[in-house]
Amino acid sequence: MKMKRNDIFRRFAAWFSGKENIDDCIEQQTDDAFLTQDGYEHHRRHEKLMRLLEERPEESLRSLEIRSFNKTYIVLSVLVCVVLAGVLLYAVSFMPRFGTADNPANNEVADKYLEDGLEDTGAVSAVAGMILDYRAFDTLGESFVLFTAVCCVMILLGREDGRVSEKCECYEGENDQILHRLVRVLVPATMLFGCYIILNGHLSPGGGFAGGAIIGAAMMLWCVTLGFRSTERFFNGRTFRVVTFAALTFYCVSKTYSFYTGANGIASVIPLGTPGAMLSSGLIMPLNVAVGMVVSCTMFGFFSLFMRSKI
Amino acid sequence: MKDIVFDFPLFTIILPLLGAVICSVAGKKVSKYVYFAVSLICAALSVPVLLYTLENGYFTRAMGHFAAPFGNEIRVGTAEVLFTLLAVLLPALSVLGGKRRLMEDISEKKINFYFVMLCLLQSAITALAYTNDLFTAYVFIEISTLTSCGLLMIRQIGRTTVAAVRYMIFNLLGSGFVLMGICMLYDLTGYLSMSYIKEAVADIAATGKYTVPLTAAVGLIVIGIGMKSGMFPFHLWMPDTYSTSTTASACILSGLVSKGYIFLLIKIIYRVIGFDVMEGTGVPLVIFVFGLAGMIVGSLGAIRENEIRRMIAYSSAAQIGYIYMGIGIGGPAAQAAVAAAVFHIFTHALTKPLLFISASGLSQASGGEVKFAALQGSAHRNPIAGAAFTVGALSMVGMPGFAGFISKLLFAQAAVASDNRAIITLSVLAISTILNAIYFLRTTMRIYLPSAEPRQNTSVYKNGTAFVFACAVLTAFNVFLGMHSQPILDMINAGIETLA
Amino acid sequence: MGENFFYNYEEVAAILLFGIGFTTLVFHRNLIKKIIGMNIMDTAIYLFLASMGYIDGGTAPIIDGAETYINPIPSGLVLTGIVVSVSVSAIMLALTVRLYGRYHTLNLDYIYMYAQKEHE
Repeated sequence: MKMKRNDIFRRFAAWFSGKENIDDCIEQQTDDAFLTQDGYEHHRRHEKLMRLLEERPEESLRSLEIRSFNKTYIVLSVLVCVVLAGVLLYAVSFMPRFGTADNPANNEVADKYLEDGLEDTGAVSAVAGMILDYRAFDTLGESFVLFTAVCCVMILLGREDGRVSEKCECYEGENDQILHRLVRVLVPATMLFGCYIILNGHLSPGGGFAGGAIIGAAMMLWCVTLGFRSTERFFNGRTFRVVTFAALTFYCVSKTYSFYTGANGIASVIPLGTPGAMLSSGLIMPLNVAVGMVVSCTMFGFFSLFMRSKI
Repeated sequence: MKDIVFDFPLFTIILPLLGAVICSVAGKKVSKYVYFAVSLICAALSVPVLLYTLENGYFTRAMGHFAAPFGNEIRVGTAEVLFTLLAVLLPALSVLGGKRRLMEDISEKKINFYFVMLCLLQSAITALAYTNDLFTAYVFIEISTLTSCGLLMIRQIGRTTVAAVRYMIFNLLGSGFVLMGICMLYDLTGYLSMSYIKEAVADIAATGKYTVPLTAAVGLIVIGIGMKSGMFPFHLWMPDTYSTSTTASACILSGLVSKGYIFLLIKIIYRVIGFDVMEGTGVPLVIFVFGLAGMIVGSLGAIRENEIRRMIAYSSAAQIGYIYMGIGIGGPAAQAAVAAAVFHIFTHALTKPLLFISASGLSQASGGEVKFAALQGSAHRNPIAGAAFTVGALSMVGMPGFAGFISKLLFAQAAVASDNRAIITLSVLAISTILNAIYFLRTTMRIYLPSAEPRQNTSVYKNGTAFVFACAVLTAFNVFLGMHSQPILDMINAGIETLA
Repeated sequence: MGENFFYNYEEVAAILLFGIGFTTLVFHRNLIKKIIGMNIMDTAIYLFLASMGYIDGGTAPIIDGAETYINPIPSGLVLTGIVVSVSVSAIMLALTVRLYGRYHTLNLDYIYMYAQKEHE
């Protein structure tokens, strides 16, 4: 009893003065406990565990308490996942029926986008009209999500000294003649297709995001087949910075104009044009082009950063 | 003249985005000036908006040529503008306070990216405060997640990268849940604009048709936002994150980012679902219980820690528990409790950066050590940091005269007014105050005890002016909130009444 | 169990995929598998969202004189979501590359242990 009370005060003193191993402080004082069988066993096992952690961490992870903790973690996580999936399935079975026309989701908002979309926005594609005119604020945020991601990856993988890693010097298609000839025909055609998708974003499915991804993929194909030195002739770090800066600034400024005139009830000076023509739908086509440029630069930027730590 | 005020919120959202784009191509000095210029301009633009909303209540603005529910909308009320002022001023103060560590921890060529992240984060939190549309809120939640990850991992030592991975995993799980909840709400109601969803949800609750999916959707959103802001039991990412990042990032992450998500949750509870329907689903009880548990577990974790920054991080988990407890109390005292929670958001957002900044000053005066054994006597080596830490610690404990006392008082008043949850709230409040006192007062006493080596007591560490300025301003705000809290309280109450 | 369990087969499939993705994200200790799980989870949410817009007999919402169109709103929301998912995957993969370069393992448990030992 007396030893226990001293123990408590010693623990408090050790905690108050910020000592690391409170148990060590206690053990040094209580020699009697050390010499008993249980104390000695505990001390030996503790030593053994510490030694294992020093030398072979993989071994120690399979030992003793950690294995049982792993088992509990596995059982618990599987249980949580099954319960979560079960609860969500139960909830989904009460939701409105799939595909019926009188769902709550098919209300006057969707009708207005389909009926008045052509008049209000000038875009034949209701989805393009929605994301770049009715709900343009969301798309502005989304472009900046992409920009943030590129900045974060540049922070993580970018090399400050400007040197590039050696592995980019030898690329996949270095000596492959068939690939070289194919790619010299295929990539310009793909880029043309990507430009077509971007420019027709308001007239057909597609738009800036899809077209930008296609152009980015074309650039990646060129880079993998013909090497970075060849790609740098038309796309390098400076191009990336200039294009992204110009596109995002244009996006911000034009959307500020659009939001400002919209909120204040001023009519926009940009004409809507005739539906079905390429130069129509006001700001939607230029915005598609800006978004396409940002997305293609970003896609290739990710590829370049992962391959050689520099855009 | 008054009409110009209506456009200011739009500019406070767009201007930092432009600033971020400029900072990404600029060098170190230019990006610093751009960031501080953007901050000052946004703060200057928000003050007239605050004065306008105090006089005339809230106003809504369409973002584009189409009003809600066909287009996006922002809604500006007193509580939102106050939060925006916090979102604009706090990162600037944190950068000033942590400037020396910032220059040491981040490599020269990448400092401009830090300011890019700061601008984007400021814009995202402002948009979260102002938005009246649920999907816009999701997009800006993602921007704030990615930028806070950037703020965290810009310091490139191993432990910070590991902490960043853990932080991202928790945050992405939370985002997934939030998006699932928003999708379910859209399927049940057909609207994405907050006020319209509220009418549809009231209809659903009245007819009783879709109650199970509604509960599931609300539960998913609450759990998602809880994961991102550190509600118990999802607070496990907090100690690593706040202790391994650079000081300015720790201040911003703990003071602003978590609070942004909680503010959004309060908006969703009051403006999207309505508190009555929420009580019907039973989710506030879960929030209340998790809040209580967080208060105790966070404090217990802080007591066991041996490093100063990890201790402050666990204390953050406890304070977030206070806020969730206030949100979940419900009953007749619901509005008073939520006002107390919002006041505590401001208190904590102003006190936690003070603690982190002064802790970094103390540890820099002790040769970069963070363990308590090395920090003994550091208040004599760095008197300003010691005084600032004492002010912060006393405020956290709840000493009268500081801001923390007022928020504890408000919580206790709200607890007394609620009928069936009074006893447990008051007892947990008491226990948690005792636990807070244990670890904060212990630390305060330790930093003033003379160090074991006598020569260390005489050398005084020279602080930069930015550090002194940041400490002084945060201390002034703290004491001001402690002594003259009534005007701010009135503003918050007025804001919450119009929040619904 | 509600009445629409078999009619809402797309949403049910989406929830099952969500469960699989969530389990993979939480359960595996390998970082690449966690990222794959996160991608599956996000894709499941987009399937869930996109399936809300479908109307029987409707065509794609390009205005060319058809009778009924499907609801265009979920398609637009999914566009935003996909971009977010790509950005997040890129950042997580970059973090993985950095962690591997430093600790030479992809197992999160070992990485925590090494980071802990490094600190002490």
